[in-house]
Amino acid sequence: MRRRRRRPDGAALAERALGGSRGALARLLTLVENGHPEGQVALSRLFPRSGQAHIVGFTGATGAGKSTLVNQVACELRDRDLSLAVVAVDPSSPFSGGAVLGDRLRMRDLAEDPAIFIRSMASRGHPGGVAQATRDVVTVLDALGTPVILVETVGAGQAQVEVAQIAHTVVLVEAPGMGDDVQALKAGLLEIADIIVINKADRPEAKQTLRAIRSAHLEGLRFGDAGGPADLGEETQKDRWTVPVLETSALEGRGIVELVDAMGAHREALKAQGIWRGLRERHARAQLAAWLQQHLQALIDTHLAAEDLEMAVQSIVRRDADPASAAQALVDRLVETLIARDSG
Amino acid sequence: MTGERRAIRVLIAKPGLDGHDRGAKVVARALRDAGMEVIYTGLRQTPAMVAEAALQEDVDVVGLSILSGAHMALVPRIMDELAQRDLEDLPVFLGGIVPQDDVVALQELGIASVFGPGTETKTIIAYIRETVEQELLEEA
Ligand SMILES: Nc1nc2c(ncn2[C@@H]2O[C@H](COP(=O)(O)OP(=O)(O)OP(=O)(O)O)[C@@H](O)[C@H]2O)c(=O)[nH]1
Ligand SMILES: [Mg+2]
Repeated sequence: MRRRRRRPDGAALAERALGGSRGALARLLTLVENGHPEGQVALSRLFPRSGQAHIVGFTGATGAGKSTLVNQVACELRDRDLSLAVVAVDPSSPFSGGAVLGDRLRMRDLAEDPAIFIRSMASRGHPGGVAQATRDVVTVLDALGTPVILVETVGAGQAQVEVAQIAHTVVLVEAPGMGDDVQALKAGLLEIADIIVINKADRPEAKQTLRAIRSAHLEGLRFGDAGGPADLGEETQKDRWTVPVLETSALEGRGIVELVDAMGAHREALKAQGIWRGLRERHARAQLAAWLQQHLQALIDTHLAAEDLEMAVQSIVRRDADPASAAQALVDRLVETLIARDSG
Repeated sequence: MTGERRAIRVLIAKPGLDGHDRGAKVVARALRDAGMEVIYTGLRQTPAMVAEAALQEDVDVVGLSILSGAHMALVPRIMDELAQRDLEDLPVFLGGIVPQDDVVALQELGIASVFGPGTETKTIIAYIRETVEQELLEEA
């Protein structure tokens, strides 16, 4: 019987990972992904070292070619002597909670490169939602000095938008022939895109998709439109980032140099315009809010008795109380309990 | 997640040159339906690719599908690549057509279990659960 997993020690794993152990890093990512307490120990040790990596999110419909493109982008980054990590998220089955994580299938070229670390993640069952788990995994990789981290989201739903809470640069991958409309127009994804890529440019229908995107006046976008502290004052409006619309063929390796150039240009523009810091603030705000919720939920779970919750449910069922008031009464009781605990 | 069991992570890999991944895909889906997270890496994996994926993905168990008959050539190299990464104690099972004599030899090489053609997926699921159960409890 193997003893590898026995009594994980977050601090020791963090040390070993910092020393270059890929095995320790992999173990650590498991603990962090699972919200294991030792993962938290490691995270708080590593966090001060994070904040250096350029985090690039790849989002877009299922089958648009995100993984194939990430494979190509990674190869190009390696040609430029950058080491990197890939975090690829695939959907969990809502029925079994299991998942087939297949993104590695398209990343064969990266499989044996010691300067590349690839981690697959399933989208469900993570405390705090997928964004939280992905962010924590990215934070560890960042803290270890990985200069570029590519994050591939699942091809549908909220997670596609949430990547903007993690990444500095969001690459939206579109592909021709995925129905009549441009998928992203429907999904409201264009607002979060910093770079738009029409992949599968080797296919004849690509030109039509390109025209559709261009005609939607999608070029000439901005920094900080998504709101929040990254919003710019008037004097910086002139420095707005023009969202490029690029064509690639991930299959044939075309347009990749231009895409990687655009990623670098976006990063430089963020820094030059002082937005890198604004993004950090926005990310920090999102993280703090997520953790506040988690900690508060933990307080509720620990200090409110199941019977009290049940009584509240029944009073709502009987229409003796409305849900909001019942919840408020429980919160009042929780606060009293905590005050009594601290003064007693 | 203390006290709660996390999902079991499995690497399903197809080393060697045979081009049939139907069986591997059936197993991958069955394991998913049993609540496991399956990393599927596709055809023609080199021994180093298999070991490196097992390491990076921190899987609990590795399943190899080898239908080419090349198991006696491939398995020692895979076990060697795993050992180079300090993963010699990772449970590895094998699916394929394997003569009885080879089964013994493979077990000596460290293969935990060999599943022949026609093995029901529930047998494999039960094997995996049994193999990693204790570890998951100890980790929590
Ligand atoms: N013709 C053509 N096919 C491509 C191109 N890029 C990817 N594909 C194919 O499109 C299919 C899907 O590619 P993936 O890279 O797996 O797409 P994905 O967006 O990662 O898909 P999910 O992870 O499932 O959301 C595969 O069959 C690829 O070979 C391209 O540039 N041209
Ligand atoms: Mg993919």
